[in-house]
Amino acid sequence: MSEITRRVALRAAAGLLAAPALVESVGAQQAFDWKRFKGEKVEASLTANPRSSLLIQHQKEFEELTGIRVGAEAIPEQQHRQKFAIEFASGRPSFDVVGISLHVSKRQVGRARWCTDVKTLINDPTMTAPDFDFADFGQGAVAYSTQADGRMDTLPEFTDYFVMYYNKELLASKGIAVPKTFDELYTAAKALTDPSKQQYGFVGRGLRNANVVLWSSFLLGTQQRDTVSPEMKLLTDTPDAVWATEMYAKLMRECGPPGSIGFNWNECQTTFMQGRAAFWIDGVGFAAPLEDPKRSRLAGGKVGYAVSPAGPAHHHCCLFGTAFGIAEQSQRRGASWYYLQWATGKANQLRYLTSGAGAPARASAFRNEEAIASSRFPREFFETLTQSSRIARPGLPEIVPVTEFRDTIGTALTNAIGAGADIPAELKRATDAFRPVLEQSERAT
Amino acid sequence: MGAPALAAAPGRRRNYARRYWWFVVPAGVVVLSVILFPWAFTLFMSAHDWKIGGGHHFVGLDNYRKLLTDERFHWAMLRTLYFTALAVILPMILGVAGALVFNRKFPLRGLARTIFILPMMATPVAVALVWTMMFHPQLGVLNWLLTWFGLPPSMWIYDPATVIPTLVMVEVWHWTPLVMLIVLGGLASLPQDPYEAAKIDGASALQAFWHITLPLLAPFIVVALIIRTIDALKAFDTIYVITQGGPGTSSETINIFLYLQGFAYYNMGYASAVVVVFFLLIVALASLLLWTRRRVKA
Repeated sequence: MSEITRRVALRAAAGLLAAPALVESVGAQQAFDWKRFKGEKVEASLTANPRSSLLIQHQKEFEELTGIRVGAEAIPEQQHRQKFAIEFASGRPSFDVVGISLHVSKRQVGRARWCTDVKTLINDPTMTAPDFDFADFGQGAVAYSTQADGRMDTLPEFTDYFVMYYNKELLASKGIAVPKTFDELYTAAKALTDPSKQQYGFVGRGLRNANVVLWSSFLLGTQQRDTVSPEMKLLTDTPDAVWATEMYAKLMRECGPPGSIGFNWNECQTTFMQGRAAFWIDGVGFAAPLEDPKRSRLAGGKVGYAVSPAGPAHHHCCLFGTAFGIAEQSQRRGASWYYLQWATGKANQLRYLTSGAGAPARASAFRNEEAIASSRFPREFFETLTQSSRIARPGLPEIVPVTEFRDTIGTALTNAIGAGADIPAELKRATDAFRPVLEQSERAT
Repeated sequence: MGAPALAAAPGRRRNYARRYWWFVVPAGVVVLSVILFPWAFTLFMSAHDWKIGGGHHFVGLDNYRKLLTDERFHWAMLRTLYFTALAVILPMILGVAGALVFNRKFPLRGLARTIFILPMMATPVAVALVWTMMFHPQLGVLNWLLTWFGLPPSMWIYDPATVIPTLVMVEVWHWTPLVMLIVLGGLASLPQDPYEAAKIDGASALQAFWHITLPLLAPFIVVALIIRTIDALKAFDTIYVITQGGPGTSSETINIFLYLQGFAYYNMGYASAVVVVFFLLIVALASLLLWTRRRVKA
């Protein structure tokens, strides 16, 4: 007979104390009626990306659990934004559930009140499964999904952090340490640039519109951090904005490959995965193709992951995100909410993380040691994600004309890369051009 | 006997038209709903400050006034004309030359002709994606070919100075076969008598081409010119996929500008005004070409 030790006794006591809560939880789980909306059909309009593919691939699970059928379509991002805006504006959208890029459409969706406030559904125990665990969503993600008036008209799904990818072999060849600040990044990138070998220290987005999110990474490190003040005044021609643009321009011009003023993420990805660039700052979702041995020369341990470097005043990384909303006009609101619970549930969020489809909005996925250990991504990748989540800040202003902002400021940034560009003048011209657009938009609000 | 019967015919036709007028109603409804209504609605929208998701209000001619001072619109218009001029003239020259070559008999002519017209069958977006990969300044096959021949690499679509000519190159590759097919059809229908007469009179091959082939082919060339001009003016898919109007705004043609205003910035009122102005431009150009065609025929 084994002796009962103090530790065993304590464990048993803790178990007894926890028993009522566990029994209550199991009881509630059993009591929750997943079949309440059996026979209904939910139409989901999603953006075409690896996460939507995962949801569509596994939606049979949801259909078997609830008896609700799902008609899901996934449309390329830019076309999807136009489609849902036009359908919402028509007053009769063809979908019940919609995927929304918060960094582009949050304010537009919020201002027009196109989506239902999900807070009431979250707080309704007859509508929300006990294991939904809303507290598991990161605070930043929840804040990103919440409108200025306190309405939470979307449920966070995915958070995209801008991280710094680096080529371990190139850095090791010159004994260069991973830079912690933008100044260090410039020095390292400059040292690693050798055009005669078609080897460049840095690659990044230069194409108008696409380039603004990279430039924001630099601006977030300055004292002002944001592009628009809380009073909705443009801050894109200030001394901090000039510093960010100068840093962006000299990295692109002196350390980047020729022609990078026309580079979008796909050209950057190709250049980096072919081993031609030492550093690349972009969305965390590119880890999957970089680690794909069929496509990338750097797959299998040659890609390094680090948080975006710090600026002279602050240390942040750009945050972007997507979320799901339920159309205000939907006649199947209950079934749609069930779909949202499943889609943003812990199982799917873990799938996002381990497949490299993107960083989930829930914190629990990052704590799943077993899944992380068996992932094809190195631990450094997950650590970078966790650290990025602590310093993340929206990379684009929460205004309605975001695309016009990106086009106008983006043109100035493209021009800034050119040799001899007058950066303050370029920024002033773009700011003056966009200011009336922003003012008109705010007046309408 | 014949004259009274002929005189009665118009009356019978009028009677016939009165009795069966409703036969044209379906066609009329289709024209009204698919062509006239969208046009009337576009005109209506162009007189409003109309934002998707933001309501609308009447502004009269303000959108048209804004176009007069919008530098971005002016540059987009100029770029469209520059692109159109190049994307019409080059395929016309190469297409006519190709037709003259393929009109002659030579071994494997059928195979060569099939290969020549293959680009026309490709989907524009797929074509654009393939060209984009080939244009990559460091990893694209085009620069590899240039350096292989000892030539300096080009920046292709990644330089404001070369982006429009590069896009024209894609357009030429894609649509020269169409011009060639139209002209080849014309060549096949030409009578042989003038050539025999010219041969007897001692005309050279160049003289026969200049004084016989070209005048007889002119109606076909004008048809190809009209089709190419309209196609080049409305080119959007390849430009959007390859450059999205960049670098900066250096390849932002009127269609890209229009698309951004309407479907990226949601300024439907302003975009509608651009549509109206652009439509008038196309009508003016098409009328000029049709007038030319009538002159050529006459």
